[in-house]
Amino acid sequence: MTHPTTSPTSAGGSNGAAPGRLEEGGLDAATVAELRDITTRYPQPQSALLPMLHLVQSAQGRVTAEGIEVCADILGLTAAEVSGVATFYTMYKRRPVGDYHVGVCTNTLCAVMGGDAIFDRLKDHLDVGNDETTDDGKITLEHVECNAACDYAPVVMVNWEFMDNQTPESATRLVDDLRAGAEVRSTRGPRICTWREAERVLAGFPDDRADEGPAAGPATLLGLEIAREKNWRAPGAEQDGSDTSAAQQSGVSAQTSMGRASSEEQVADSGAETKGEDAGGKQS
Amino acid sequence: MVDMLTPVLSDNWDADRPWTLESYEDAGGYSALDTALGLEQDRVIDLVKESGLRGRGGAGFPTGMKWGFIPQGDGKPHYLVVNADESEPGTCKDIPLMMASPHTLVEGVIISSYAIRANHAFIYVRGEVLHVVRRLQRAVQEAYLAGHLGKDIHGSGYDLELTVHAGAGAYICGEETALLDSLEGRRGQPRLRPPFPAVAGLYASPTVINNVESIASVPAIVRNGADWFSSMGTEKSKGMTLYSLSGHVKRPGQFEAPLGITLRELLDLAGGVREGHELKFWTPGGSSTPILTAEHLDVPLDYEAVGAAGSMLGTKALQIFDETTCVVRSVLRWTEFYKHESCGKCTPCREGTWWLVQTLARLEQGQGEERDLEVLLDQCDNILGRSFCALGDGATSPITSSIEFFRDEYVRHFTEGGCPFDPALSTLFAPVGASV
Repeated sequence: MTHPTTSPTSAGGSNGAAPGRLEEGGLDAATVAELRDITTRYPQPQSALLPMLHLVQSAQGRVTAEGIEVCADILGLTAAEVSGVATFYTMYKRRPVGDYHVGVCTNTLCAVMGGDAIFDRLKDHLDVGNDETTDDGKITLEHVECNAACDYAPVVMVNWEFMDNQTPESATRLVDDLRAGAEVRSTRGPRICTWREAERVLAGFPDDRADEGPAAGPATLLGLEIAREKNWRAPGAEQDGSDTSAAQQSGVSAQTSMGRASSEEQVADSGAETKGEDAGGKQS
Repeated sequence: MVDMLTPVLSDNWDADRPWTLESYEDAGGYSALDTALGLEQDRVIDLVKESGLRGRGGAGFPTGMKWGFIPQGDGKPHYLVVNADESEPGTCKDIPLMMASPHTLVEGVIISSYAIRANHAFIYVRGEVLHVVRRLQRAVQEAYLAGHLGKDIHGSGYDLELTVHAGAGAYICGEETALLDSLEGRRGQPRLRPPFPAVAGLYASPTVINNVESIASVPAIVRNGADWFSSMGTEKSKGMTLYSLSGHVKRPGQFEAPLGITLRELLDLAGGVREGHELKFWTPGGSSTPILTAEHLDVPLDYEAVGAAGSMLGTKALQIFDETTCVVRSVLRWTEFYKHESCGKCTPCREGTWWLVQTLARLEQGQGEERDLEVLLDQCDNILGRSFCALGDGATSPITSSIEFFRDEYVRHFTEGGCPFDPALSTLFAPVGASV
């Protein structure tokens, strides 16, 4: 899909504008170029559609009619085809989303553990219903389905970052802090960015926050901690004097990178690497 | 005798910044890749077959056998797609794995792709986990820079591109053929099989789709051998796996143990059901697996024994509910979930889940009568086995199993004209010592 594409709608007015995120009135040229870039990640361009729609949301705060047209144009699809995709997925919003999307898990386990009470409290506190945005444009409240953090129930997501082990009180403080512009950190992640910044990351344009936050929360580490305490290990993992020759035997250079060379030395001391030779030896 | 817990996948989660390449390599990471690249591709497939690894995404299909279905020398591109769309209610193992140690998955992807002769792999991760997406993006970038991805990996002549692809909120995309449609930029709806993805998957080319935990287990198998892996677990369910305990337990969390551990043992480790309460019902592997009760505490949690007990091992998502929980409310909520997530492609699921909610909601509000239970079971009978994919089947599991074990509780709702439970008592912040 390399045919030159200028959306009829985006051509009007904003193409000459400096790169920036315009609320309405056209996707800027930089964004259109990025939309086109996404298609190069895939063997077939249409695979880019989901990340492209994430980028449209990042640029315009929702999936706009214009965004649909531009995506369709780039991919050689009809607007109806793109629209059919955009309306299938719950993360794509047709109405403007606030700076902070607050998702309260009300699937069974979280609901029972307190998610229903949290959602009720927030609706009341923010004076909005489900999938509605506060008048100041700060918070969009929505109940969400299971977000794969059940060991931290009840869970609230802010711009798809984990806020674990919430109560109605903590969730109320959370939205107050967000509205007041205070810095809020995920309980198991980084500083919370805006919803539109989050959508940009989901479109495949990383920000610099990957190293923020811990590796894991306490529930994630519970089993490991117990295993350490009781000295429980996987079989073979206690055997030291491990065999590091498997890599060399394979005939593959161990010097392909500095990182590799140093890790090779580490292996000798690592209890975790023991029977590499078995894997290779058994096969021959 | 194998220890009760066997951290392998989780072994580095308490290391310093374990998500970084440096930390992962310091612990011997990417050495299995060298080993694998020194073997013939078919030998890597055989190794995974011999290990007995079975799919950790719920179905338990033998991973090596799945790889073996890929036609070789067919001249078509092959693809590996990792299903990181973890969305099954109760399931919370892949997300923490990718958050803490994304390189474990990336190394597994490279080895697995090499084995099936794929030169492009994808990690399809659900969009609603932003920080996990970040950690994956960073890990893939680091792996490229270190020469673990890209052209001529480790000087082997093998090339692999790896793309992290964020979904956009649709449970159905965890179904492997719906995931493929979604990855092709379409509505995520399941495909008719055959043809199976191994023959005509992504872009109609041979494709392997595996769960995160399955692929993440591959480096350890290559490193330590098939016998090592199969020394853990039970006769037909080999290896270690992540069990996720959530709900009304004193200490919820992740436990990596050999397949076959029991809920009683896991509950002991988790400190038991929360203080002053007792186990009422639980799911062995997410909401799509029929619920079990206290009489099943000693069922070995492997594919066979849980199946024999009338449920499925599924994703090993053990959601624990105590006696304060209304089973009808719980089942209604799950049913609303299935109705919301039904993709609409087939009638039994699209219409059936809607009717299930209507019937259940009436019951829950105390407006039903006993024959409604028969209506409900009849509706389930019209969905189970008649839907396009497993979503419809899964929707019936909590209903039929809860009626089997808790019929009296359904009846109480209409004899008492409403729900006999106080929902406040089942919350985590309920007053200590409160009881029904």
